[in-house]
Amino acid sequence: MLDWLWLIPLIPLASAAVTGLLGPRAPKAAVTTVAVGGPGLALLLALGSLWEYAAIAPEPVTRTLYAWTAGTIEIPVAFLLDPLSAVMLFVVTFVGFWIHVYSVGYMGHEPAPYEHSYQRFFAYLNLFMAAMLLLILGNNFLVSFVGWEGVGLCSYLLIGFYFQNDDRVPPQAGRKAFIVNRIGDFAFLVGMLTLFSVFGTLEYLEIFDAHNAAHVAAFGEPYALGLTLASFVALCLFIGATGKSAQIPLYVWLPDAMAGPTPVSALIHAATMVTAGVYIVVRTNLIFQLAGGVSMLVACIGAATALFAATMALTQTDLKKVLAYSTVSQLGYMFLAAGVGAYTAAIFHLFTHAFFKALLFLGAGSVIHALGGEQDIRKMGGLRKYLPVTWVTFWIGSAALAGLPLFSGFFSKDEILAGAWAHGHWFLWGIGALTALLTAFYSFRLLGLTFHGGFRGTKQEREHLHESPAVMTVPLGILAVGALGAGYLGIPKVLSFGAELNRFHHWLEPVVAHLSGHEAVAHLAVRTEWLLMGATTFLALLGAAIPGIFFSHALPRFQPDYRGTALDDGFAYFLPKVYTVLYFKYWVDEVYDKLIVRPLRRLAEFFWKFVDGIVIEGAIRVGTFLTELAGDFGRFSTTGNVRDYLLYLFLGIIILFWWVFV
Amino acid sequence: MTVPVTWYLLLAAALFAIGTAGVLTRRNGITIFLSIELMLNAVNLSFVAYSRLLDQLTGQLVVFFVLAVAAAEAAVGLALFIAIYRHRRTIDINRMNLMRW
Repeated sequence: MLDWLWLIPLIPLASAAVTGLLGPRAPKAAVTTVAVGGPGLALLLALGSLWEYAAIAPEPVTRTLYAWTAGTIEIPVAFLLDPLSAVMLFVVTFVGFWIHVYSVGYMGHEPAPYEHSYQRFFAYLNLFMAAMLLLILGNNFLVSFVGWEGVGLCSYLLIGFYFQNDDRVPPQAGRKAFIVNRIGDFAFLVGMLTLFSVFGTLEYLEIFDAHNAAHVAAFGEPYALGLTLASFVALCLFIGATGKSAQIPLYVWLPDAMAGPTPVSALIHAATMVTAGVYIVVRTNLIFQLAGGVSMLVACIGAATALFAATMALTQTDLKKVLAYSTVSQLGYMFLAAGVGAYTAAIFHLFTHAFFKALLFLGAGSVIHALGGEQDIRKMGGLRKYLPVTWVTFWIGSAALAGLPLFSGFFSKDEILAGAWAHGHWFLWGIGALTALLTAFYSFRLLGLTFHGGFRGTKQEREHLHESPAVMTVPLGILAVGALGAGYLGIPKVLSFGAELNRFHHWLEPVVAHLSGHEAVAHLAVRTEWLLMGATTFLALLGAAIPGIFFSHALPRFQPDYRGTALDDGFAYFLPKVYTVLYFKYWVDEVYDKLIVRPLRRLAEFFWKFVDGIVIEGAIRVGTFLTELAGDFGRFSTTGNVRDYLLYLFLGIIILFWWVFV
Repeated sequence: MTVPVTWYLLLAAALFAIGTAGVLTRRNGITIFLSIELMLNAVNLSFVAYSRLLDQLTGQLVVFFVLAVAAAEAAVGLALFIAIYRHRRTIDINRMNLMRW
């Protein structure tokens, strides 16, 4: 089955093409069959391949489909299955498939003017699956880059899915995502081409071969901007990663991306696409290990993003925006882990995060579905009575996000923080721990505002409330199992009671390059590990308890329907300045608008109106004027008189003879 | 005494020049036709002269072709002029100036 590896990205691509060609009037059943069948088949193939691969792991498996040649450059379209891409493959196909199933229910009854957009949605979603699978399975940068751009395109298409909305927000958000990503993509391309110019190949296993002393030495050579080759390329790839994975300073597109349909947010902006940056950093971990300074930058940006985004999530009132900022924050954790050298922890968090964040987004979708499109959590509340399945699964997702013990997020977050401490970055550990507190706070605030207390919406909305159909709740249940159980693949040492239960770490360990002089695995004393775990657990529980108190019966003097808003009101009352700053998200968008967007716009307008409109257009006008003038004179030669023409003929012959013979 | 070939060629060139001048200066269509015939025959003359000089029959062969084509051309040309005359009551070439912008 490993020989069929190339089919895994190809099947969703084919189903995307078929779905796209079915046309908007195609029967929904046909669209559903093709569009869910494609990813389903890809999932089965992936599971089969992984089953087979598990026997021969960690030896990487490469399958070349064909040689993709351009002139003398030979780059094969080849696929690589190693422990890292195996994890990604599982996440993308598994989570992706269940989100497809969920979408059948969620996108089934769109209001006008989108009633015929069902097929368009699934065509894009399938295309996204294909691109993402290409990204993670490609055995060289170029194949991955095709996928890298492909997910960017699908992201644009799906964020702008509701492009006919009156407020014009979705198309703008789509453009924003596309352009911001393009900045990162440019850096990624520079890094990729640099590697090609130095090594003449783009294959991961060949370039990042820690046993190849020549390569390791080449990476240490000074290259450009006063950086070594490793630092330069690592920096470029990291900038690319900040775009795709929404890190400071390029995170701004992700919160806006919530303009797309909710399953899209779950699939693209939580579970898979945004993890591409983390994937590429871990994939190229050799150069990040060689480039200590860049790694430090990665860790700092990651930590800063984690904290920054978590604070912004505290006061958001849009259900999906809270989750969007939490995604940015959790991605920050992953980069923090990758930066300090805990690569397996980064992927472990990516793995657990994919489950619980997809679950949370789908749960949010279920809520929005029940409320007929309402996304403001101030107008929700008390939904646990009406949406019990959604409530339970959302609870599990929130607990996992908050890192409460025994839930999956706990294990992965703990591994990251332990890794940060073990590599001697106690300050980064502190930021991570603080973020854990904030994360627990906002996730339980969200949970409380949505599902607890009393209903704050209109009476009409209350009558409309209903649990989602099984096609939506089953994926929720399955992802909830993942959000609960995924963490048990990586039980930390202190909880293993002598046995070595961190299977995830062992599975991924071969992917991390081992360099002499670089200690990739740091060890903690047992007591320190217990202490750290205790501290983060305490912070997470504390963070969860603050909103928890508000929604429990510990504060009986609040009306049930007032409980949620009381939390925000209290925050706003006691810390008005902080609340305002957070509520307006540090005015980052406004600052970007002032400093970058508007000057760029003005520059574009200058080029449009002056350079194009006057200089280029003017030059062309002069050309046409001269031609016209010449024509005005020239036409006097065409008298219409036969003898004149004959004269020209003879003169021409004479000139010709003169020219030829004299 | 044999006439040198140069003389033949000079005569042919003179006839050709006269024919060209006739084509370019005459207003009457028929006269222009005659001038064209003159040019053709100038060419024929040089063909024959060269044929004699080089002792090859090809030149004379070509002359027959030229004569045949000239006859056909004259027939078509006269027919055209008759047609034009019927339309416009003139064959003055200066008044046939429809081929212009």
